[in-house]
Amino acid sequence: MGGLDDLYQQLILDHYRNRRGRGRIDGASASVHENNPVCGDECFLDILVEDGRIADIRADGDGCSISQAAASMLTEAARGRDLDDALTLVEHFRLVMHGDAEPDEDLLGDAVALEGVARYPVRVKCALLSWLALRDCIAEYRETTAMGG
Amino acid sequence: MGNPAQIALDPAALRAEFPILAAPRPGGGALHYLDSAATSQKPQRVLHAMDAYYREANANVHRGVYHLAAEATDRFEAGRDAAARLVNHPREGTVFTKNATEAINLVAWAWGARELRAGDEIVLTMMEHHSNTVPWQLVAAMTGAVVRFCPVTPEGDLDMDALRGLIGPRTRMVAVVHVSNTLGTINPVGEIVDMAHAEGSLTLVDATQSVPHMPVDAAAIGSDVLVFTGHKMCGPTGIGVLAAVPGLLREMEPFLGGGEMISDVTTDGSTWNDIPWKFEAGTPPIAEAVGLGEAVRFLEDVGPERIRAHEQEMAHAMIDALDEVPGLTLYGSRDPQRRGASVSFALDGVHPHDIGQFLDSRGVCVRAGHHCTKPLMRALGVQSTARASAYLYTTMDDVLALRDSLVECRQWFGAA
Repeated sequence: MGGLDDLYQQLILDHYRNRRGRGRIDGASASVHENNPVCGDECFLDILVEDGRIADIRADGDGCSISQAAASMLTEAARGRDLDDALTLVEHFRLVMHGDAEPDEDLLGDAVALEGVARYPVRVKCALLSWLALRDCIAEYRETTAMGG
Repeated sequence: MGNPAQIALDPAALRAEFPILAAPRPGGGALHYLDSAATSQKPQRVLHAMDAYYREANANVHRGVYHLAAEATDRFEAGRDAAARLVNHPREGTVFTKNATEAINLVAWAWGARELRAGDEIVLTMMEHHSNTVPWQLVAAMTGAVVRFCPVTPEGDLDMDALRGLIGPRTRMVAVVHVSNTLGTINPVGEIVDMAHAEGSLTLVDATQSVPHMPVDAAAIGSDVLVFTGHKMCGPTGIGVLAAVPGLLREMEPFLGGGEMISDVTTDGSTWNDIPWKFEAGTPPIAEAVGLGEAVRFLEDVGPERIRAHEQEMAHAMIDALDEVPGLTLYGSRDPQRRGASVSFALDGVHPHDIGQFLDSRGVCVRAGHHCTKPLMRALGVQSTARASAYLYTTMDDVLALRDSLVECRQWFGAA
């Protein structure tokens, strides 16, 4: 049972049952839709960018407790950051999930509780789905603004 | 062993023949392996046959004149004889492939890509595995043929009236799954083959989930092509079977080119070996064919009728047990007579991935996901399900462990 408690920390179950930052943003600056081909889970991620910062971020879609808690934690960790900071955050989380970095709690906030997921390779994709969606979302935002869109 | 159909199979005794099921699980307790629809476990005698082949008879087949090469060839071809015999099919129409997916691709490319024309129709069903969907979409995109899908009723059966309407003069191929890997539905493939043949269409039956679990008679079904795979029937991975009407195989051009499949090669071109070798380019999976042959003999010794009877009992027990779990939704037929022993379900408030993870902590292995049937998932209105599937070694103990761990799982995730 140790393994199960390690994976499903109370903080994860709390974010799963009480999702933060759930839903869509009307008039979002950028949106992406990602899916996990392993299980069919979907993630819709919207960001609202104001003055180079993520003024709002919302994630929607259905998925397992890990993917939903990760999305919930992402919205808390990324809100208010400027875009480069947000990308640094995502990259740090990605490295932690692949076991290539020690988690920085100051940076990750509640998402530090997902550390144990790194030991379950199949579930790493669940945790990363929304976080990598943010990376793509920022790239899309930069592409469209660069084109003057 | 008398009339095997009359003596009930003893799953506990059979478990002892499977090293992975007999071994103690890390952390103690039995392994409740309920994912045989994904792949079956392997009995000791199959492992031994493959090991003995490498130790005693390893050589390349159909080549050397020395004794060892003849012995390797004999064991390899005996695997083909066994596979052909199991489904009552002529050996020259029994081609070894890598798996069932490759067998379907072989037909899609060697026949479909050459023979299909713009506007020709390929009829599939909404409950096909991706392996019997994607190859046809690929050749349709190349040829301009059209892929049409027979819908599934809310009970999880094929809509036979709709299918009748879909099969017509433009239909060139009807490819249908015998037993659904997701819902367990047993489809009336003989009737479908007759409907297709009446319109002059070829037929392919994906028997991947039927051959391991029940008597399957390719001649009685009458399809032009029937495919199945070794690893779901107590055999090894890396070997599948294409059982096709010999005349069709003779007409078809080769799929893969290379050694073994040729009669003569000149700088101007090549001619082809006889069937079935015409479709077996390169060194084949020899040990795997030997293992498959032993798996067939194992299934014959247990008796396909007895396996079917046991699995009907297990399907019945699983449906009853799952009914006792609060908040559980079951997909597919509830009638064990009309279904195989793969049971898909959802647990209110708990995602299938979490079900799979939690059950693993209790030694219960189930599949969670879309089961490579995304069109069916969409038709059912779900993203994924959990699936428990039984086999000849499944016991009531496994079924009760499934039930109890699901009740516990729901409490753990606070859905109760």
